Amino acid sequence: MIALPFATLPPLRRPGVRLVLSLLAALTFGAFALTLSCGRGCLSPEQVLLALTGAPGAEGAFVVAELRLPRSVLGLLAGVSFGLGGVAFQTMLRNPLASPDIIGISASAGAAAVFAIVILSLDGWLVSLVAVAAGLGVAVLIWALSARGGGAGARLILIGIGVSAMLDSVTAYLLLEAPAWDRAEAMRWLTGSLNGAQLTQALPVAGSLLLFGGLLACTARNLEVLRLGDDTAEALGVNPDRTRLRVTLAAVGLVAIATAATGPIAFVAFLSGPIAARLLPGSKGLLWAAGLVGAVLVIVGDFIGQFLLPARLPVGVVTGAVGAPFLLYLIIRVNKNGGAL
Amino acid sequence: MQAQHVPRLYGFTALLALLGLTAVLSLTLGARSVPWAEVWAGMTGQIDSIGAAAVAVRLPRTGLALLAGAALGLAGAVMQGISRNPLADPGILGVNAGAALFVVIGIAWFNISGAQSFLWLGIAGAALTAVFVYLIGAGGQGGATPLKLTLAGTATSVAVSAFIIAVVLPRNDIAGSVQSWQVGGVGGARFDTLLPALPFAAVGLLLCLASARVLNALALGEELATGLGQSVALGRLMAAAGAVILCGTATALCGPIGFVGLVVPHLCRMIAGVDYRLVLPLSALAGASMLGLSDVLGRLIARPNELDVGIVTAFVGAPFFIWTARSFRMRGL
Repeated sequence: MIALPFATLPPLRRPGVRLVLSLLAALTFGAFALTLSCGRGCLSPEQVLLALTGAPGAEGAFVVAELRLPRSVLGLLAGVSFGLGGVAFQTMLRNPLASPDIIGISASAGAAAVFAIVILSLDGWLVSLVAVAAGLGVAVLIWALSARGGGAGARLILIGIGVSAMLDSVTAYLLLEAPAWDRAEAMRWLTGSLNGAQLTQALPVAGSLLLFGGLLACTARNLEVLRLGDDTAEALGVNPDRTRLRVTLAAVGLVAIATAATGPIAFVAFLSGPIAARLLPGSKGLLWAAGLVGAVLVIVGDFIGQFLLPARLPVGVVTGAVGAPFLLYLIIRVNKNGGAL
Repeated sequence: MQAQHVPRLYGFTALLALLGLTAVLSLTLGARSVPWAEVWAGMTGQIDSIGAAAVAVRLPRTGLALLAGAALGLAGAVMQGISRNPLADPGILGVNAGAALFVVIGIAWFNISGAQSFLWLGIAGAALTAVFVYLIGAGGQGGATPLKLTLAGTATSVAVSAFIIAVVLPRNDIAGSVQSWQVGGVGGARFDTLLPALPFAAVGLLLCLASARVLNALALGEELATGLGQSVALGRLMAAAGAVILCGTATALCGPIGFVGLVVPHLCRMIAGVDYRLVLPLSALAGASMLGLSDVLGRLIARPNELDVGIVTAFVGAPFFIWTARSFRMRGL
């Protein structure tokens, strides 16, 4: 979107973006509050506040502070991370299919996290570190393998799908090597789940949101300029390669650390960007809108999986069941519009 | 013509030798390596040593691996021919996952048991998924491009897997057995579950092998094929039915196994050229060898545990998938 010479255009649009962003923020907060107060039974907002402030003898203190809060916080942070990382990849590669969960970044982080936990017996920050290293390694690998022809064409996505399949088989093998694990734990690494979430797990995710989210925010303007093409970007004083490097680092960091905490929650990174783009009037604020959409997807998906279905299901099953039809819809729409995929 | 016959002969002989070697390795190697004398004893039913007993267990297992491998290799070759797509594979296109879903639903909701019913369920699931994925992947401009088919298959696989988990997770009584079956393994093979599958496999095999001419004509393009007097629609339908029967049978027997059908036809094309009258039988032979060898590998890597063969084929086959996606212009497609 090239800046138009009419000074009146941007002010007309800005309120729209702000409105959408504040509505999304309100929705996120509402979903967060809902998961704190409602579960098998519901508590009033005052009761939740009392329980959170640790008032002695508050009703439901254990349920709210020990069970629901860590789960909701982890879901919120991971959702924002997935949403930001996903939309960063999609924008940079100019292709909605090039999201980290389709091209194998999430799969590599998941496999690395399982490797770090099962084989190396690591925990906490170190697991996240291994996951980020693996994510970066795989990003470089996919890049190098698909370099012929350039861009995020069919080749990059197909290669990513291949890498994903291979790494999923590694995860399956590693899970087999750890027979002491129960099925719920294995399920986390296969589909992504918030079961058994603890506040300590949320710490690395919060740190990565500060660090990599900040890096992404600093690069957001350059990324926006990059949409105009490399030549235009360079003419406007933006270094395309450096921008891509920073965005890749930030997006991989976000996705990998969130994956190390919750497992690869299916399709959240893939869905957030396109949903946010449909809500917003233009491309402004897309990054933040996608982050909020990601948070809503994870929190609401987890709530649905826990309480609204006949059986308790991990969040990844719910988002997978939502995301797959959307991917099919994307293909059908391309068929109708006659674009080449 | 004389010059062409020589590599054909070599190819067939080499693959037959490989198949024999695979069978021998599969019988002798594993958590316990068995010497020759005991292999023979086990095969003739004289089970008086541990080694002979191990061989007696490995015998149906080897049979299953070879049968399923041949089915998947052949089905992959046919699918690549029908869709004229170098990345087609029963696993990647989600056909095996669809078959698995039907079998799982049959077990969990309708209390179905018995090898025969599993086979019918698997074939029905494979057929529905194949039609669904092909309709989505082949619509619009450009027809069934590799990317569209692969994405449609991937999306379908994810949705189906989510559904399988949703069906299985609340059922603790069946969860364990379904989960190990779902990875794709041949470890639990018994002759009495293998036998009912033989007629299905035979029908699928014949349908596929009979469609070689149609596939050859299709490789030239649809119009030209019609011009050459081939009934394209009928031939395609027959070939697809054969492939679907093979996929459904293989999946009902040992769970969804991917990448065999992708790798094998490409290798066979390298040996024998683009003529499907050769590629199809070679793919069946090579598929049997690949799955058999993958199973042996899975037994050796994780000793004394066993690695399900589906994990091994994915690990071996995915790099091949990447390589194919990179080069894109494989021979003749």
